[in-house]
Amino acid sequence: MDIFVQQLINGLVLGSVYALVALGYTMVYGILELINFAHGEVTMVGAMVALSVISALVGSGVELPGIVIALLGLLAAIPACMALGFTIERLAYRPLRNAPRLAPLITAIGVSIVLQNLAMLIWGRQYITFPPILPQGRHQLLGATITDIQMVILATSVVLMLGLILLVKRTRLGRAMRATAQSPQIAGLMGVNANTVISLTFIMGSGLAAVAGVMVSAYYGLAHYYMGFLLGLKAFSAAVLGGIGNIGGAVLGGLLLGVIESLGAGYIGDLTGGFLGSNYQDVFAFFVLILVLLFRPSGLLGERVGERA
Amino acid sequence: MKPIVNALLVATMATLILGGCGKHENASSDNIIKIGSVSPLTGPQAHLGKDNENGARLAVDEINAAGLTLGGKKMHIDLLSEDDQADPKTATIVAQKLVDSGVVGVIGHLNSGSTIPASTIYHAAGIPQISPSATAIAYTAQGYNTAFRVMTNDEQQGHVLGQYAVNKLGAKKIAVIDDRTAYGQGLADEFVKAAEAAGAEIVAREYTTDRSTDFMAILTSIKSKSPDLIFFAGMDPQAAPMARQMRQLGLKTQLLGGDGMQTPEFIKLAGADAEGAIASNPGLTLDSMPGGKDFKEKFTQRFGPIQNYAPYAYDAVYVMVEAMKRADSAKPAKYLPELSKTDYQGVTGKIRFDSKGDVSGGAVTLYQVKNGAWHPLETVFSGK
Repeated sequence: MDIFVQQLINGLVLGSVYALVALGYTMVYGILELINFAHGEVTMVGAMVALSVISALVGSGVELPGIVIALLGLLAAIPACMALGFTIERLAYRPLRNAPRLAPLITAIGVSIVLQNLAMLIWGRQYITFPPILPQGRHQLLGATITDIQMVILATSVVLMLGLILLVKRTRLGRAMRATAQSPQIAGLMGVNANTVISLTFIMGSGLAAVAGVMVSAYYGLAHYYMGFLLGLKAFSAAVLGGIGNIGGAVLGGLLLGVIESLGAGYIGDLTGGFLGSNYQDVFAFFVLILVLLFRPSGLLGERVGERA
Repeated sequence: MKPIVNALLVATMATLILGGCGKHENASSDNIIKIGSVSPLTGPQAHLGKDNENGARLAVDEINAAGLTLGGKKMHIDLLSEDDQADPKTATIVAQKLVDSGVVGVIGHLNSGSTIPASTIYHAAGIPQISPSATAIAYTAQGYNTAFRVMTNDEQQGHVLGQYAVNKLGAKKIAVIDDRTAYGQGLADEFVKAAEAAGAEIVAREYTTDRSTDFMAILTSIKSKSPDLIFFAGMDPQAAPMARQMRQLGLKTQLLGGDGMQTPEFIKLAGADAEGAIASNPGLTLDSMPGGKDFKEKFTQRFGPIQNYAPYAYDAVYVMVEAMKRADSAKPAKYLPELSKTDYQGVTGKIRFDSKGDVSGGAVTLYQVKNGAWHPLETVFSGK
């Protein structure tokens, strides 16, 4: 039983990070029907910027509590990623707004490659260590272990996700976003500036990505210019699983994917008597994804929408 | 206006291309020896890949500076470095690219998984290949006369590790994790064989990939089987977060690994959680290598700290060039027979090849992390 709880905790922590990144994919898709493949790299840049600030602060010998240093790193990473998200949209996607849909998809992949290589030039090929400044406490919960960092990740993710849902459902900006998603032209006629709304969407998604990046690097203790790739792929799958374009779907998809991966890796070997091992962890997760898409092609919470006229 | 701009552009490009070509033609007349170097220069293992390239480059630059004369002509070595991304598919593409660009020998690749498929291409082209770091048994077991390596293979390393775990560390219940690459899988298999022969029980066999950073699930599963040792066969980008997550789960089991984990990067990344981990590396310690100290100084001055296999890449270049000198030719067909007769005193030790192309003799050294640095525990000689 305690093993099951432990796997559930592992999965939820992993899943909440997936969900945060997946929100960025799904928000952009909801509005532009564009899969922003560079989003994983924005997460990586967030981690890198935060780590640069944190390492500089730790290295300078400033007497600050570890949490404050980490928060300062985060505070540097969020605007940096927001600016990056804004710039990517302005330079790579806006000029192609009315181009065939394949064109921005290709530029998205291009931006992702450019960012990866830029990061390699700036931060190098080495792995960058997250200095051990955060509390390392462990707590017992229903026979399983949960660390301080895991609790912070879970709590932060929940707060951010709820905040985002409230923003989209309850505020004027949220209404403008939903209107633009339905039809940019009509929204424009109603006085919504589509360009501003789209820019803000990218900025918010990138801010979330920055938080996710910092949390991932704090959790695993390292960052690397390549880390955005796999994270982006998993988060994208999570967004599709939940129904791409649907914000609640991204959250559900992320959490589910994390838990499925965790339980899959933990139990698949024992369940199949060693015939399939934990190397089938990803296969198992994607198998579930395929099954869901077979029966619900638009994802778990996705609505069946006709082609937009 | 536009057509003029276009015409100018075309003209400029044509000049650039033709100019570039012309220059190349001049230089690549018969006093240039092209040697390829292949390792992952991008992706999670880029730090190790660059290290190999730097090792080879140091040797090439030294040889060029000292002057190399073959067949009465002064020769210049060009090192063509390629990136195989530690990916078997990319490895065959860059191998073909190197063959097409006329290399006479290859130093590489880094990973066993990419070295093995690439070796087929070099063999078909008759081009000698020396891998500084591919340790999988399968590489030299294919019967290619062009495949060599300067590092002890996994059969020996896995064997030493398996015996050490049981006899010296007293492990009875062992969990094994490998990264499913040719290297990880091979090393884990050899380890399991030796550990079982020595009387231990393998209570869990788990797997991950060479791109993963999350091991909570498999470690939780391992924890439920309460082993007294965890053996990991893979590279440092995985080993470090694994050590960290073991601590997060409150798993106080001894971590043991192979040469992929025995790097400064492992300690840097895992920090305090690296403490106590044990890992092996084929060969002697750098400080007890015959030319180790000298090499370390030269290398560090120019490129920064040594990651792992640079001394082996350095030696591999010298072994190849020495064979060319003895044959008095850089033609693969001419110097290949000389290569198998190698008897060279390198910085990593005495290099001689057996009939398969494996380096003969060979020691395996075990290290433990103490106070944030690797300290040699003992060197096991198991001559074969």
